[in-house]
Amino acid sequence: MQVNESSKEFKPCIVAFCCNWCSYAGADLAGSNRLSYPADVKIIRVPCSCRVNPLFILRAFQRGADGVILCGCHPGDCHYTTGNYYARRRMTMLFSMLDYLGIEKERTRVEWVSAAEGAKFAATMNDFISTVQSLGENRKLRDLRCKE
Amino acid sequence: MHKIGVFVCWCGSNIAATVDVKAVAEAASKEPCVVYATDYQYMCSESGQNLIIDAIKEHNLTGVVICSCSPRMHETTFRKAAQKAGLNPYMVEIANIREQCSWIHKDMAEATAKAIVLARAAIAKVQLNKPLIAGESEVTKRCLVIGGGIAGIQTALDVAEAGFPVDIVEKKPTIGGKMAQLDKTFPTLDCAACILTPRMVEAGAHENITLHTYSEVEEVSGFVGNFTVKIRKKARKVKMDLCTGCGLCTEKCPMKKQPNEFNMGLDKRGAIYIPFAQAVPKVPVIDVEACLKFKTGKCGICSKVCTAGAIDYEQQDEIIEQKYGAIVLATGFDQIKPTKFGELGYSQYPDVVTSLEYERLMNAAGPTKGHLLRPSDGKPPKEIVFVQCVGSRGQSCRDKSYCSKVCCMYTAKHAILTKDHYPDTNIHVFYIDERTPGKNFDEFYRRAVEQYGVDYIKGQVGKVYEENGKLMVQGSDLLANEQITLAADMVVLAAAIEPDKTARSLGTMLTASMDTNDFFTEAHAKLRPVESPTAGVFLSGMCQGPKDIPETVSQAGAAAVKVIGLLTKDKLLGNPCVAHSDEMLCNGCSQCARVCPYGAITYVDKEFRVPGPKRVETRRVAVVNEAVCQGCGACTVTCPSTAMDLKGFSNRQIMSEVDAICK
Amino acid sequence: MSSVNNEREEILRMSGVDPTKCMKCGKCSGTCPAFDAMEYHPHQFVSMVNKGNIEPLKQSNAIWQCLSCFACMERCPRDVKPAKLIEAVRLTVIREQGMNHLESENVPCMLDPELPQQAIVSAFRKYSK
Repeated sequence: MQVNESSKEFKPCIVAFCCNWCSYAGADLAGSNRLSYPADVKIIRVPCSCRVNPLFILRAFQRGADGVILCGCHPGDCHYTTGNYYARRRMTMLFSMLDYLGIEKERTRVEWVSAAEGAKFAATMNDFISTVQSLGENRKLRDLRCKE
Repeated sequence: MHKIGVFVCWCGSNIAATVDVKAVAEAASKEPCVVYATDYQYMCSESGQNLIIDAIKEHNLTGVVICSCSPRMHETTFRKAAQKAGLNPYMVEIANIREQCSWIHKDMAEATAKAIVLARAAIAKVQLNKPLIAGESEVTKRCLVIGGGIAGIQTALDVAEAGFPVDIVEKKPTIGGKMAQLDKTFPTLDCAACILTPRMVEAGAHENITLHTYSEVEEVSGFVGNFTVKIRKKARKVKMDLCTGCGLCTEKCPMKKQPNEFNMGLDKRGAIYIPFAQAVPKVPVIDVEACLKFKTGKCGICSKVCTAGAIDYEQQDEIIEQKYGAIVLATGFDQIKPTKFGELGYSQYPDVVTSLEYERLMNAAGPTKGHLLRPSDGKPPKEIVFVQCVGSRGQSCRDKSYCSKVCCMYTAKHAILTKDHYPDTNIHVFYIDERTPGKNFDEFYRRAVEQYGVDYIKGQVGKVYEENGKLMVQGSDLLANEQITLAADMVVLAAAIEPDKTARSLGTMLTASMDTNDFFTEAHAKLRPVESPTAGVFLSGMCQGPKDIPETVSQAGAAAVKVIGLLTKDKLLGNPCVAHSDEMLCNGCSQCARVCPYGAITYVDKEFRVPGPKRVETRRVAVVNEAVCQGCGACTVTCPSTAMDLKGFSNRQIMSEVDAICK
Repeated sequence: MSSVNNEREEILRMSGVDPTKCMKCGKCSGTCPAFDAMEYHPHQFVSMVNKGNIEPLKQSNAIWQCLSCFACMERCPRDVKPAKLIEAVRLTVIREQGMNHLESENVPCMLDPELPQQAIVSAFRKYSK
């Protein structure tokens, strides 16, 4: 991965929401296989991707996250049968709203990672981070009131 | 005000090598509400757990954060420890600083900083945790086994022996599966039928086992301990209770033109048929696609010759519904048809066969009565070339990426058996790697080479073509650095193994996760190899990954033990992390009920005290059935008035984690 | 050492081949119709380039005897593409010589109704930089 000098300095803050059954297990597998991705990613475990309220993502941006990624089971493989479909619809709506607001929608992403796809998890994170790095710091949605 | 204890685990050097555990504990101790923070070599060890228990008692902790491995690994361990100390088990949160921190980062400063953030998020979350009490649910003491091969039979027998009723659902007209098609088994060369058929009979006759052959699972609902399954019993057009299995109908059927599936299509069967002589149940089935009676309305010979009056052309599919406590997947495998490998000529030349077809050609009950005769002209082959790894271990679109595991051994078996019966046959085996890990496996393969003089060639076949009535096999001999062409009478392809096609739809029905190859995933690769991540669903045999018969049988037994362990319980503790509706906020809009995949949400009219002259007002509010709710949280996001929240993963808890991470 | 390594990297870059994917099954050499004419065989190209042992390949007749039929590429179960490697080694040689051995204006006089179109494509692949 080629990163230019200025973005190398930039350490983005990335929040990853991972569903307990597939993606969180996929992240664990990436760990067991020692597949590295930058430490900028912090994972929050949720039971299902459909538990993620778009408000959580907006909150993360407000509080200074530079990118938010939502990972769930592959379509059709949801532990709760249909949860990831709801997540997909909600996120589509959120993305178009972010786009409308002028927030780079590349800062948010939905990915399907199964429990067996440790390598995919690491690759996805690496790719997402380089995308966010190239976008630079998230300023637009940062809530100044929250700054210390 | 909470009193929180933070416990940072070294996990030997697994965490401590890249994360400065002392610094994490130090940083955690400065967080709000944290009254105690420490580190220890192995938190999950008995002394580690005692450390937690003592600290809870000593400092009157109301919440515990453990910075350790994945919660998928030890969450239960630590919850139990907390419970022992008198703390509600759901007041424990885990910061995953091993799989998601120390193992993936190399820089100590970076990893430590991340571990501190993860600890901070867990501390922030635990402050909002509420003590939860798990509800109980009944366990239906009945087990469903899907698939009636050796894996399914073994699991069913073991569970039935423990005294629990078991139903086997098998899509074919008989149980027995692939093992029934095999001739001999490696490395002992005992006959597959001789060891399998007694098991089949036992399963058929066992008082606790019900066979649903020629049946398929239609629908599954419910959860661990309480599955409800609809099974479609396809119409055999033969009454099971009247048929004596005499087989007269199958002999008299005039439509003997159907490819016989049991013999891999190498001979023909009638429209009414019993798959093989030792079938259980030994009741024929009418193939309505082929039957003259169904196609033209004429014939009816089978009905005329049946003295028991068992033929019933009017019989219809039947759907039965049954409740089960546990479900075992034993759907098995298939061998791929190597039609995509044009260069090997499988579709072109009848004498290029797959190993399962070869198995039938060698079998005494097979199409050639056990005489090895090649399909094209019925002559005994003198030169046979075996090609291994056809479709296995590849990365192109026609290959499976995995090793099919059993091919090396069965090819050695085919070679030895052929040489045993026909010593004047020359056998060549093209191999890439000879993989023989297993008890007496390598010795067996060496016997093929040293005692039977089988010619093993390291290399692969590039092309098979016909010349002067011979199959010319062109391949490389890598050790000689030569390209060789062998004139063969028969070519046997060790085609890859793939999971049965029905596995995918079953996986979806049961929400049992699968890998990219459609093998079922186990809950933990090392520690829970026979359980699916979906509670109450267990894995047995090839549906989990390629394995040989002894491995399948041991896995089947292991799955049975897990099932017995589950069915022995009278009640199961449920997951208390379920949805909950705040009736003061609920406006009764029904949005949540629409997204709930379990139908766990109902509505009641409830009276509320209100200010003003009416004093009481009736409103429609949502109520969650906690026994049915699985805690996915779909409703929580849908709810427009934020009345719906998920215990253990509440809006505020997740928000506080977000805040802690983004700080 | 470093120049040899550079050559290896350059060949891998030109060909887009990852020789570590090879599982040494020999299907390429089992398939190759020009096997007997080649001093080094397709599977050897993969292992020799991987080891950085490129000079003998550049000196050998094999890079010219390869038909560029891509049978090895087509059938390789691991998607290694030996033919691409052979082509890359050949191109290094041609580029060192700095000239095309086949120009498009030469083609019409070489045409033969029996000649498969693939052969012309292959010839261009083989004799021009």
